[in-house]
Amino acid sequence: MATEITIFSPELAARFDKLVTLYPVRRSALVPMLLYAQDEVGYISDAVIAEVARRVGVLENDVISVLSYYSMLRTKPIGKFNVQVCTNICCMLRGGNELFEHCKRRLGIGHKGTTPDGVFSLEEVECIGACSWAPAVQVNYDFHENLTPESMDKVLDDYREKAGK
Amino acid sequence: MAYLTTHPDVVPVISSRFGKGATDIDKYIELDGYTAVRKAIEMGPDAIIAEMKASNLRGRGGAGFPTGMKWSFVPKQSEKPKYILVNGDESEPATCKDRLIFEHDPHSIIEGVIIAGLAVGAKMGFIYLRGEYRYLLKIMEKAIEDAYAKGFLGKNIFGSGIEFEAVSHTGAGAYEVGEESALMESLEGKRGIPRIRPPFPAVVGLYGGPTVINNAETLATVPHIIRMGGADYAKIGTERNGGTRLFCLSGHLEKPGVYELPMGYNLKKMIYDVGGGIPGGRKLKAVVPGGSSTPVLLPEEIDIGMDFDQVGKAGSMLGSGGVVVLDETVCMVEFALRTMKFYQHESCGWCIPCREGTDWLKKSLTRVHEGGGVDKDIDNIRYLAENMLGRTFCPLGDAAAMPTIAFVKKFREEFEDHLDGKGCPYKHSLEHEAVLA
Repeated sequence: MATEITIFSPELAARFDKLVTLYPVRRSALVPMLLYAQDEVGYISDAVIAEVARRVGVLENDVISVLSYYSMLRTKPIGKFNVQVCTNICCMLRGGNELFEHCKRRLGIGHKGTTPDGVFSLEEVECIGACSWAPAVQVNYDFHENLTPESMDKVLDDYREKAGK
Repeated sequence: MAYLTTHPDVVPVISSRFGKGATDIDKYIELDGYTAVRKAIEMGPDAIIAEMKASNLRGRGGAGFPTGMKWSFVPKQSEKPKYILVNGDESEPATCKDRLIFEHDPHSIIEGVIIAGLAVGAKMGFIYLRGEYRYLLKIMEKAIEDAYAKGFLGKNIFGSGIEFEAVSHTGAGAYEVGEESALMESLEGKRGIPRIRPPFPAVVGLYGGPTVINNAETLATVPHIIRMGGADYAKIGTERNGGTRLFCLSGHLEKPGVYELPMGYNLKKMIYDVGGGIPGGRKLKAVVPGGSSTPVLLPEEIDIGMDFDQVGKAGSMLGSGGVVVLDETVCMVEFALRTMKFYQHESCGWCIPCREGTDWLKKSLTRVHEGGGVDKDIDNIRYLAENMLGRTFCPLGDAAAMPTIAFVKKFREEFEDHLDGKGCPYKHSLEHEAVLA
């Protein structure tokens, strides 16, 4: 494996080498590997599919079948910060829809859209497990809770600053 | 950062180490951590299971199956290795409790998994977290690493000669994977599609071996039961419903939050006292008592104890402990539609009644909510939902159908008010394009 060409960083490649040994079958590492690869590459490209298939020892078609099932895995690039607004019941009752509309206006994009500068993507998502602190938003993996349109603006401003744009 | 909310009626068992830095293994040990598992090694399998049965602990994932009994179904002899699988795919709308345990007390889950392994003779456990909980995966990975370093996990745990390995695992976004058989499929690196039962996981589960699948909260409770004794734990709750549970209060409340309360705690009190009542002096309209899958209760139905049996008697389910409070400003058709939109999105598509049923129900509910509905639509919604019940491999079909039937049954007039071009009488800002996307 080590002698073959990899598109992943040495850290990620090492992580994968270890991951496949943790389970009774190598294939168990497939879903986490896809997610970690996406974290590094930005999305599941054809090259990622090919390399993950090779490392796990399954067909590329198996990888495609699995990745199309999981909502967090994507096959196209998105913005640096993925703003995921929950509008499920508990968030809806406390202004989740309004928050999503606010984000749409503020960012000038719709559901699954990306801003032209590539800083933000926006997504309406199902329950993220922050029901008692609704309405809630996840930006990449970070939770932001008990939001109002005003505090949401602050969250977006902070991320824009982080992006340096 | 998720946190527990306090109230004088809170009984801290699961939450007893929250906010005390117990993610650090030394701190956890200082707070009586890893004493239960040492005791369990001395006790042996039969005594552990007897203690679990005495505790009246029932599964905190939603079904409420007695944990001790579940463990006792695992055959003593097995050619294939046995496994413990922790369900931390917490995805039921209104449920945000396991998050707190992973964040504040990850070692209690590890300890619970080892004890479950000792009880059924498993040598390996998997801790499955939903993909969105990445920060918790890091906490869990660190906790497992620390436990290995201390010799609490590995080939010779606590010097007892017993082997136990633990692995944390991340999902990548799928509600369906919270269902036990789909969870196993997902952990095996496949699409999360349910398996037909029998055989049940206790006999043929993960990698074909006998498998115990428990909710994260259930397993985090286990060390406390072993330490305090099953009988003492059972005393905290009501008959056949031992102990405490993390209740997630959400919706129109002054003080939403996660509270640890004894099983059987009065729902009305939970809303008006613990949750601080409804803001602005508005009236209560409805309560969803146990996550989005559970049938809605009317204000006159909430003077009940929150345990599996009493909520069941009231025509609903205790479910995952997610209590959603709806005030008089809520349009029940919109609420039913948003609930259905979720199930339609999450249906894995394996069983036709669920795949087609949730899609048609979403379309019908949308039509009614927008004013395009006719009288027959209401009966059709109920008829469709009733015909999904019990006709799918896994309970997702039921989870979509049961609340829908209750919404139509209990709020029929409100559905009728939407018909014949009238549309929603509640001026809400719901964007239909978002719902229909």
